[in-house]
Amino acid sequence: MAIFRNGTVLDHDSWTVVAAGAPVPAEGDIIIALADFIAQRDALLGRVGPVGVAVEAGEELDDIVGDLPRLVLVALRFPKYTDGRSYSKARLLRERHRYGGELRAVGDVLHDQIPLMLRCGFDSLEVTHEPTLRALREGRVRGVTVHYQTSAREGREAAPNPARRWLRAS
Amino acid sequence: MYRYDEFDRRFVEERVAEFSDQVARRLSGELSEDQFKPLRLMNGVYLQLHAYMLRIAIPYGTLSSRQLRKLAFIARTYDRGYGHFTTRQNMQLNWIALKDVPEILGHLADVEMHCLQTSGNCIRNVTADQFSGAAADEIADPRPYAEILRQWSSIHPEFTYLPRKFKLAVTGAPNDRAAIQVHDIGLELRRGEAGEIGFAVYVGGGQGRTPMVARKVRDFLPEAELLAYCTAILRVYNLYGRRDNKFKARIKILVHETGIEELKRDIEAEYEALRAENETLSVPAEEIARISAYFAPPAFESLPERSAAFETALLRDPDFARFVERNLVRHKQQGYAALTISLKPIGLPPGDASSSQMEAIADIAERWSFDEIRVSHEQNLVLPHVRLDDVPLVFAELQRNGLAESNAGLVTDIIACPGLDYCSLANARSIPIAQRISERFADPARQREIGDLKLKISGCINACGHHHVGHIGILGVERKGEEFYQITLGGTGDETCSIGEIVGKGFSSAEIVDAVETVIDTYLALRTGPDETFLQAFRRLGEAPFVEALYPAKAA
Ligand code: SF4
Repeated sequence: MAIFRNGTVLDHDSWTVVAAGAPVPAEGDIIIALADFIAQRDALLGRVGPVGVAVEAGEELDDIVGDLPRLVLVALRFPKYTDGRSYSKARLLRERHRYGGELRAVGDVLHDQIPLMLRCGFDSLEVTHEPTLRALREGRVRGVTVHYQTSAREGREAAPNPARRWLRAS
Repeated sequence: MYRYDEFDRRFVEERVAEFSDQVARRLSGELSEDQFKPLRLMNGVYLQLHAYMLRIAIPYGTLSSRQLRKLAFIARTYDRGYGHFTTRQNMQLNWIALKDVPEILGHLADVEMHCLQTSGNCIRNVTADQFSGAAADEIADPRPYAEILRQWSSIHPEFTYLPRKFKLAVTGAPNDRAAIQVHDIGLELRRGEAGEIGFAVYVGGGQGRTPMVARKVRDFLPEAELLAYCTAILRVYNLYGRRDNKFKARIKILVHETGIEELKRDIEAEYEALRAENETLSVPAEEIARISAYFAPPAFESLPERSAAFETALLRDPDFARFVERNLVRHKQQGYAALTISLKPIGLPPGDASSSQMEAIADIAERWSFDEIRVSHEQNLVLPHVRLDDVPLVFAELQRNGLAESNAGLVTDIIACPGLDYCSLANARSIPIAQRISERFADPARQREIGDLKLKISGCINACGHHHVGHIGILGVERKGEEFYQITLGGTGDETCSIGEIVGKGFSSAEIVDAVETVIDTYLALRTGPDETFLQAFRRLGEAPFVEALYPAKAA
């Protein structure tokens, strides 16, 4: 499974996804489903290795908001690339809850949605679609680079015209 | 008119380049049709029954002569020499080739136009009153706000994959000509106590198979808060709108299922939080002023209230008098008028204009209407600013080009969706029904006697022909492979918005025109006088007399 992070495609990922309801390994970086996280919260947060939580598109963020400073990774799922709920959740995590850890898009992650995902605050992507991986490796995923809105990337996008305050360029 | 700066130009150019790349990846097979579909839709490309259709955005229905000429050129070069103006103030080309689309988009970009977000589950092209900046009853011009919304919604990173399409409309006048209450968000410009500008905000209107009138969520939203408030509505909708059933995915269903009070609380809470964290969502007065300057009134002359040339023509030419009676709208500037150019000639498909007609209109607008043309959601064109002195000359030019039909707002000024002639979702044909009704009521004296009447036809329950808000609505249905038509009565999209009621079982294609005539004859027989419009009479009488006339056996 390839991960795109910081502009590069990594063929190896340090994170292990724990299947729903499966026992939690004592060591290593793990991503655990939201329901399992809630059930074993204290044990997990007391664990030595880093913990990430996977949130499905239909699940709420309420149960992890208080724990965000201790979560190293949050994965938001796109069950189908046309399901846009995780865009809003990514922005809420970054802009409202000031989440600073890794924010990973998982599921149906495709070429043409990636520019939007990055602007909504995702900084890593789990990609399985071969043509998308190829495009990422070849640096062909650009999208439109000028924007009519600010994004979760404030501070990393230029403001080309101060008179038009919400314009941005990436 | 709004003019692109460097930034806007670059945005459209990059978007065209991106879509050209997507088309190439589709043609190479890298993108499946399923993956390509939402991308092409967001760039205005539909697959219809016989060919691809391209829907060109005409933001808030405003065009310059140069732009209209370009549309004429594109229709002639890449299509069959005509274009179809739609109920969303856009223009559709019904017979284009996919491979030509990037080139067409390039031509459009040359005149600061595009096809962005004319389709797909995103924020669609924002619509506004076709008489913006001209109407005598206007509180403020809605177009600067519609332009601000257009920019804000363009490739919005968060709101491009919504549960379903999302439509906004803005009216600047209390007499609502933009049908804001059947939009996902409807905005009505108002003045507050100190004369400041703001909006009444409506949410959750829509047509389709579950028609609903929008609910008001804010009496007065200060203008600076427009984007923060719309962002809040969209975010709540994006997170909680249904995605399990495409027919229940519009925000109207969320309003209905959640309840307006609870939803309003969610929206307000989201709005307060957004304001606190993102100051760029508040629109500074300087930016509103900067954009408004593009829509400043043209250099009107100061003219007397009455025009001798105009009044002489009224006396001499009965055709001209008829045109004035129906197609002229009072202007806010003394000595001027706005004119409707009807695209509903008797017996022809509603909303179509040939390339040479478009060119003629472009010439007329350049010479006599400060270079401006508008598209109305009723599928007509408008010359917004004509000197009364010039109206006779303009009328003569329109006549010469077959564009002087004097039927604005009359029974033959029909809205019809493309229906089974083009649309792959259709159950029945719409255009031929419109043509036959138009022929039946062709007599100008008879139309005038009937008076104001909005007749709207949809070829299926998706209601693109707005039948729910027709005074008389016609809905095409299919029964055992045959086309049938249901009649709804009493709908209206104006500020007294209501959804028409189905009166009974459908009529066959052979019967439907007679049925419409029966409804109209019943109205004529029962109205208190010529001053009582069809809608007023229906509201007074209810459906009973119409049902009796339509289904005599049942009543007996
Ligand atoms: S109402 Fe139905 S038939 Fe008419 S254009 Fe819409 S989808 Fe097609």
